[in-house]
Amino acid sequence: MTTLLDVRGVSKHFTMGGIFGRRVVEAVADASFSLSADNPEIFTIIGESGSGKTTLARMILGLEDPTGGEIRFRGQKVDRRASRASRLEFMSHVQPVFQNPFEAFNPLKKIERYLESTAQRFLHTSDRAAIDRATDEALQKVGLSLVEVRGRFPHEMSGGQLQRCAIARALIPNPPLLVADEPVSMVDASLRMSIVNLLRSLRDDLGVSVIYITHDLATAYYISNRLIIMQRGRIVEMGDARTVLDNPEHPYSRLLKSSVLSTDDAGAGKLSTDPVAVSQVSALAGKPGRLVARADGRDVRVYT
Amino acid sequence: MTRDILKVDGLKAYYQMNYFGVNREVRAVDDITMTVRRGEVYGIAGESSSGKTSFIKVLAAAVRPPLRVVDGSVRFGFSTGPIDVVRASPRELEAIRWMSLSYVMQGSMSVLNPVRRIGKTFRDFAQRPLGLSGRAFEERVVEHLARLKLPADVLRAYPHELSGGMRQRVTIGLATVCHPEFIIADEPTTALDVVVQKEVLSLIREIQREMDSSVVFVTHDMSVHANIADRVGIIYAGRLVEEGPTRQMFFAPKHPYTAHLVASLPRIGDTTQRPALDGRPPNLADPPRGCRFHPRCPLAIDKCREQSPPLETVAADHRTACWRWREVTPLVGAISPVGVPA
Repeated sequence: MTTLLDVRGVSKHFTMGGIFGRRVVEAVADASFSLSADNPEIFTIIGESGSGKTTLARMILGLEDPTGGEIRFRGQKVDRRASRASRLEFMSHVQPVFQNPFEAFNPLKKIERYLESTAQRFLHTSDRAAIDRATDEALQKVGLSLVEVRGRFPHEMSGGQLQRCAIARALIPNPPLLVADEPVSMVDASLRMSIVNLLRSLRDDLGVSVIYITHDLATAYYISNRLIIMQRGRIVEMGDARTVLDNPEHPYSRLLKSSVLSTDDAGAGKLSTDPVAVSQVSALAGKPGRLVARADGRDVRVYT
Repeated sequence: MTRDILKVDGLKAYYQMNYFGVNREVRAVDDITMTVRRGEVYGIAGESSSGKTSFIKVLAAAVRPPLRVVDGSVRFGFSTGPIDVVRASPRELEAIRWMSLSYVMQGSMSVLNPVRRIGKTFRDFAQRPLGLSGRAFEERVVEHLARLKLPADVLRAYPHELSGGMRQRVTIGLATVCHPEFIIADEPTTALDVVVQKEVLSLIREIQREMDSSVVFVTHDMSVHANIADRVGIIYAGRLVEEGPTRQMFFAPKHPYTAHLVASLPRIGDTTQRPALDGRPPNLADPPRGCRFHPRCPLAIDKCREQSPPLETVAADHRTACWRWREVTPLVGAISPVGVPA
């Protein structure tokens, strides 16, 4: 079994404030997991805002240097300061999809220009026909075509279509790994499932591994194979998605699950949160503890 | 005192623009008739560019050109007297604003002035309508903040010093400090994560019960409606397509769009493939003929392409605008079929 991505004991500190009142914020502390190259999977990172999930994603993409630990992609260290050539080589294997498609695209540029420049850079060609073929292929994978997209500006597309274009752009170099940072939170409810189903078919049909970052437990349950739950920069629970979400063990995971608004008793107006659980969880935030493996394959952080 | 606090009758509000002699008309709100009762939470669902924001702009009497109210009326029956906000004078509107009719806005970061302390913002908003001076006003605000579980210290804080959840509670505080009878909430929880979202929702519900206000709650997230609304109305392409009690909307929808919205919600404990709706919402400058949902509708027949269906009553309190509502079946069943109306 070869590993695709290996995250080993990664941590990230940010220093905030000036000379006076300087604070060190631990955004990610000691995160470790690995993805296998042989079976593509959707690996989900769940956490609330400020849990460090986006920082972790940025480190995997090589946009941020870890303070400690190391990230290896196919045995090669992910390094922000590597030469331009090796950065490009890395980027042709790992591609990002961002949260808000309307911010990811320049409103004054036609969408196809993004697709074309990506194709030109990663396929090392300036042959018109080859570029067109590559962009059309990528767009076909997400259920669009070059004919539909050509000549259109971002504002002429719906959020769902634009997010598909963003995913198509990421697919042009045929990367084995996509890092999707909350790809559906800005997309309308009726179009959301089409993006989620698309990620699923990328895994099943094209063998692309996806790191899916979200705070939505319901879609995470729906598509992911494995997941980690992060609280204040620490992984508190990790394991098979169904095992963990069916019966979460860490108090924070339980609170998250109980906070998901269910439609099963629609109209009953059940909205109360358990204040004991909330205070219990906030007391645990930021405590070191240690990860312990359980019999069903999950790892849970315990504090003794 | 009547049962209804708000009566909207045949409301049409269009964006009318004229650029270089070319007229363009976007029918953002097209013939909406509905009522909101006293002490209820009425949920409005609809995707972006469905006209839901234009609709609540009219309700909040915040109509600015190019948006114009073309026809219809919006009548509130406040305890201080009835008022039609479409025809009211600026003076009359000023008298009801914040005191009777209030608004919780989306995006707490852009609502609160970043260079003004929260206390000053409260004074800007509420001192004049409340008509209290210095000390008395401060006491009133602190007392109200305590109800929202916020410490009095937040009055001295700047917006960036507060977390997202606290900021959103501050904006709810601003909207409710005058104890309004009618509150419009525009996606107040969209930017929040799950734990905070639930806290904020239960807070809105609590405040609403305590003050016995009516709330119009707008969001595109159906799972939020499931938990907060008493009745839900669905807006599609500027029209109200279905309206009914929350439970019936979820378990016995009578419009294919509602059925789809409900079915596309993923649930924990269920990994069956969810259907996704093809196509995109129609362009309101040039809506399709007949029923506006027909290009995306799985049940569309020729009649749907030609004639626009009226909003007809199909059960107690339940109205839908679909020619084929009898054939709409809920796409997912309830996990716990307790008390599901047949």
